[in-house]
Amino acid sequence: MTGSATATRPKQRRQRSISVGGAILIVVYTMLPIAWILSLSLKSPGDLTNKKFLPSHWTLANYRTVFKTSLFTDALRNSIGISLIATVIGVVVATFAAYAIARLDFPGKRVILSLALAIAIFPQVALLGSLFSMWRAVKLYDTWPGLIIPYVSFTLPLSIWVLSAFFREIPWEMEQAAQVDGATAWQAFTKAIVPLAAPGVFTTAIIAFFAAWQDFAFAITLTSTNRARTVPAALAFFTGASQFQQPTTAIAAGAIVVTVPIIILVLVFQRRIVAGLTAGAVKG
Amino acid sequence: MAPITMNHITKVYGDGYPAVNDVSLEIADGEFMILVGPSGCGKSTLLRMIVGLEDISSGDMLIGGERVNEKAPRDRNLSMVFQNYALYPHLTVYENIAFPLRLKGVSDDEIKRRVEEAATTLELTEHLQRKPSQLSGGQRQRVAMGRAIVRQASAFLFDEPLSNLDAKLRGQMRTEILRLQRRLDTTTVYVTHDQTEAMTLGDRVAVMRKGVLQQVASPRELYEQPLNLFVAGFIGSPPMNFLPAAIEDNQVKLPFLSYPLPREVAAQIGDSDLLIAGIRPEHFADSSLVDEHKRDRGTTFEVKVDVTEWLGSQQYAYVPFEAPEEINRHLAELQQELDGEQMRTQMIVSLDPASRIRDGAKAELWLDPSRVHLFDPRTGKNLTRDAKAEAPAATATSSASGSASSAPAPAPASSSAAASSTAPASSAAAPAPASAPASGSAGSAEPPAPDGSLRPT
Ligand SMILES: Nc1ncnc2c1ncn2[C@@H]1O[C@H](COP(=O)(O)OP(=O)(O)OP(=O)(O)O)[C@@H](O)[C@H]1O
Ligand SMILES: [Mg+2]
Repeated sequence: MTGSATATRPKQRRQRSISVGGAILIVVYTMLPIAWILSLSLKSPGDLTNKKFLPSHWTLANYRTVFKTSLFTDALRNSIGISLIATVIGVVVATFAAYAIARLDFPGKRVILSLALAIAIFPQVALLGSLFSMWRAVKLYDTWPGLIIPYVSFTLPLSIWVLSAFFREIPWEMEQAAQVDGATAWQAFTKAIVPLAAPGVFTTAIIAFFAAWQDFAFAITLTSTNRARTVPAALAFFTGASQFQQPTTAIAAGAIVVTVPIIILVLVFQRRIVAGLTAGAVKG
Repeated sequence: MAPITMNHITKVYGDGYPAVNDVSLEIADGEFMILVGPSGCGKSTLLRMIVGLEDISSGDMLIGGERVNEKAPRDRNLSMVFQNYALYPHLTVYENIAFPLRLKGVSDDEIKRRVEEAATTLELTEHLQRKPSQLSGGQRQRVAMGRAIVRQASAFLFDEPLSNLDAKLRGQMRTEILRLQRRLDTTTVYVTHDQTEAMTLGDRVAVMRKGVLQQVASPRELYEQPLNLFVAGFIGSPPMNFLPAAIEDNQVKLPFLSYPLPREVAAQIGDSDLLIAGIRPEHFADSSLVDEHKRDRGTTFEVKVDVTEWLGSQQYAYVPFEAPEEINRHLAELQQELDGEQMRTQMIVSLDPASRIRDGAKAELWLDPSRVHLFDPRTGKNLTRDAKAEAPAATATSSASGSASSAPAPAPASSSAAASSTAPASSAAAPAPASAPASGSAGSAEPPAPDGSLRPT
């Protein structure tokens, strides 16, 4: 007994250190580019080639530059507007679709789900060329709707999948229980179902928002001016404070500006989403 | 608090199959009514029609004398405990129990008082601020009960409330529910799979089969005077033994013994010569342990015991027998309907644990033939059912109950039962009145012990 216990302990410790080491490796690997961009954004443009990871002296000049450039500020406005609208439309539609898929039995339900999956894994880049021509023909080129439409259609399948999986887990008898307890149909829905469904909808909204927010391919192909260009595309056109300097540090600052809010958003809501997901089922 | 009346209630789902078929049932004010039947027989559907979660295809549902077919669940003032409790996961125990009161707009003080009262009754006081996910199965069950009793509902409806609990907790909660129901004296409809719950809780038990009501009676009557083969096989654990009974020369020939054919059966069977005999395991005995004065009433016979099971308080012996193909087919069908697996043709004999009968040995058993039920294999009808047995009970009921409403009411119950024609209204008249506490103990209202009720000719 004791022999085997002592024998397993070093083994357990070794396993533990391996997994911890692996975790650290992954975190470093994924965080390094972000840390690097952060450090770049704090260097002055001339300091770019200082051959060091950290800036020689720290400066916020790049951020000032970025926020003075209309290319960037317009793009930020476009990004926020387009992503939000695409998310709202996508989530509302996906919620209805997922509700139907989770709760109703109708012919073609499987077809819809398989089709959604097919679209979700469809290589979107393959559509860029034809969309470009089409959008120019129908005057959607370089407009907000011109981006919102593809974003909605490409995030919708995934949203429907996530939401219908989530809705299936919701104990729908709650609605009936509430009605027996004296609620109207609407009260039953808002008091018993909405609080349970909200975290799922929220999770989906965040996923959909990211998809639109970080898209580069559509943004660069379907826009030409500040009218609809979003931040990822705009960064490519960045020239920095003056034409005589490398714009790298300013681009890094721009990148940080659009990344950090997202990271914070995720960190803040992660707990709520996870908590919401696990609070779901109350079976015996 | 209100009586519930169902008149020819039918439920047809989209696929055209009647899940509940022409059920008429009268549940008296304050009565504890049990619905039992094999899986899929329509118990839940019926319950959900009472509460209003399922539309009624045809028939009338009356609660407190008022037709409620078109009323929404919220207007029926019933409370229901669901099989999986259906607690609101995002609300605390307190808010879960308070939920129906909040919807009614009861004042906060009143809510606090009533929730705390319910919590005390159910011993939930310490858990009021926790979420349902932090509770054990039994505690969740009690929260669901709390939510049901916190408002003064006209009736309680339970859909297999204990099936998610382990055996021990189930026993505790069962007595808890019984105590609560007796104290609140609220009309209760309780769906269950469980024999013990059905037999111990109910004033009356309604047995369903494929959407059709088979028999409504006190647990005791169901056990001792089942109306048909289905009820006989469903009620009782271990189940009633079914043996082939050949009729020859006015004798009933069972695999191991024969006895004279009772006259009232002879009058009913016409020229058919094969019946099914139903014998409860405990009606057999080890002949060496039968009292001298009792022995003469029965017959002794020898069997070869295959296996015995000794359980301390009881002992079971398994005795294989041969049955003709026709009987086997009927029994296999029945068994399938009863959710059983089986079917080796063997009979289960319940013996005194003191009995020395052992595996593989020859044993001499004793049986009182007057306790054997004979069933028509084609219709399933119980030919030995003694309608007279209930006659005194019926008079005792009406005189003892005082509340005239409960006694005559249940009559329609038998109208939908397949074999009802032979037992005009009497099957339904026997139940102990709802007002009588603990029907099981109300001995005077029960049919007399069947010892004297069935006399062999
Ligand atoms: N929504 C529905 N649509 C079609 N048929 C249904 C529906 N709900 C139930 N049924 C059918 O109605 C019959 C009765 O179902 P019900 O749920 O009432 O059975 P039950 O007696 O409660 O069974 P269990 O003991 O397994 O809970 C079953 O045959 C079932 O298949
Ligand atoms: Mg059920």
